[in-house]
Amino acid sequence: MSAVGTLRNSRSSERNFKYTLIAPSIFVLLLIGIFPLVYLLVVSFQGITMIDNDTTFNGLANYKALFADTRLWESLLHTISFTAIALPLELILGLLMAQLFIDHLPGRQIFVALLVLPVVISPIVAGATWSLMFDNRFGPINQVISWLMGEEMTLLWTINPNLVYLAILAAEVWQWTPFMFLLLLAALSAVDKSQLEAASIDGAGYWRIFFRIVLPAIWPVMAVAILIRGLDLFRLFDIVWALTRGGPGTMTETISIFAYVKGFQQFETSYTGAVALMIIIVLSFVVIMALRRVDLSR
Amino acid sequence: MKLARRRAIRLAMRYTGAIAVTLFFLFPVYWLFMISFKTADEIYSYPPVWWPASLQLGNYAVLFKDGDATTVGNSLIVASVSTIFAMLLGTICAYSLARFKTGGEHLANWIISQRMVPPIAIVFPVFLLYVWFGWVDTYFGLILLYTAFNLPYVIWMMRGYILDIPLALEEAALVDGYNRWQVLWKVVFPMCRAGLFATAIFTFVFAWNDFIFALVLTRTEVATYTVQVTHYFGGQSNFWGKISAMSVLGTVPIFIVVGFMQKYLVRGISLGAVKG
Repeated sequence: MSAVGTLRNSRSSERNFKYTLIAPSIFVLLLIGIFPLVYLLVVSFQGITMIDNDTTFNGLANYKALFADTRLWESLLHTISFTAIALPLELILGLLMAQLFIDHLPGRQIFVALLVLPVVISPIVAGATWSLMFDNRFGPINQVISWLMGEEMTLLWTINPNLVYLAILAAEVWQWTPFMFLLLLAALSAVDKSQLEAASIDGAGYWRIFFRIVLPAIWPVMAVAILIRGLDLFRLFDIVWALTRGGPGTMTETISIFAYVKGFQQFETSYTGAVALMIIIVLSFVVIMALRRVDLSR
Repeated sequence: MKLARRRAIRLAMRYTGAIAVTLFFLFPVYWLFMISFKTADEIYSYPPVWWPASLQLGNYAVLFKDGDATTVGNSLIVASVSTIFAMLLGTICAYSLARFKTGGEHLANWIISQRMVPPIAIVFPVFLLYVWFGWVDTYFGLILLYTAFNLPYVIWMMRGYILDIPLALEEAALVDGYNRWQVLWKVVFPMCRAGLFATAIFTFVFAWNDFIFALVLTRTEVATYTVQVTHYFGGQSNFWGKISAMSVLGTVPIFIVVGFMQKYLVRGISLGAVKG
């Protein structure tokens, strides 16, 4: 950033003014950000559970338990699996949809306004909507499948271990593909058309133009979209909660659901403290690395 | 002649594709809304009915009669008050970051990274703290957390909008004898009115749509509509009529406010990365 964009006159009044402006926000952020973090650190070294309010120093017991907890690692694996499948799917489908709307299409704005609706619905409502859709008797999905198969099909989408991931992914991809679509459509619209025409006249094929010109041009926006969605998927909670509550068993439990169950249903306070602290540390590291590479503030 | 025809066919094909995609994405929304207008017999009929025989408001009447609809009021109070606070504190902070480079890029990056931590990791210690202070299931507690959680978003977005305003105007106002607060109030805020409005709407939507904070921090007094929706999921059977009616009550306001701000949508959801 250059020095041109700053206001300067009397120095000390400026300093007072600029710190007065940020003080309330920083206070609130520290109150909700740092204070609980310190508290978390303290709790995680104690031994508080539902039946035992043991506040003596417990050493690294919770952290040791954390590494031995297969349920925790499985929930992490589920979270990563959801992210690894949903993120590329949303990206590719969003890109395909954007291709459909990139050229002049009368009434385009109406389509875009309608397509954006899933994005602004509360994720818990989106999850509830899909549990209506997937209901084995009263939902339309089994009905359509029965029509197509020509025989009655009663698939237990939220119970059957083979189907439950499909159900969650369908809801997730449905809600967030339009997000990718909107961002990529905006990015594609900003690509220099004359460059594309020039390349086309020079005899470059579709894919060559896409990878050499279009992709580099839209990459900054794509990177931001991937970052935002990637972090969102890592915290995945609402849709899974509405559809399966992490079930059957713990098959679809994400890291957020795991922490919720441990902290608020099994009341393993100190252990959950350790888990939450690990999540914060790992995520902060990921975010710092990501912000170095992805420029959010262009 | 041939070219024109080919073009027409292409356009027709793209229209077909566009309509198919739009129908696909809207169908679940249609299904949710439609269920809420069905009678219980229609909801629990097999095979499912795709359009109700008549529009029944019974599911909504039950919500209002039982008082469940007050949770929408709770959502409204909590989301709007926290939006006002976040906008007030966040905008002046954003001005400081934008114009005086307070704290440099590091502070700006730290602030936005505060938003990227999973909510469950934030709400767990906050819950323990709130138990201590007696803030669980209070408006104050929920408003404080939403304000804090949305502050980074407001600061980040408003910083971008303020940087879009030409500096010369503020300098001219200072020369004219305005003090710094007057410059803020009379020059900066009016100049970024659209940005303020758009950011406030998104902040409101985030608080309105939140589930996990409200799930942890409310019991009965200030439960929001998202928490209420999940109360209708039972072990053996779900109350689809109530689920859908409650969901619709919570979703219609969002559709309306977002409808007014299509222009700012892309910038708002991309954390300002796409100016659109």
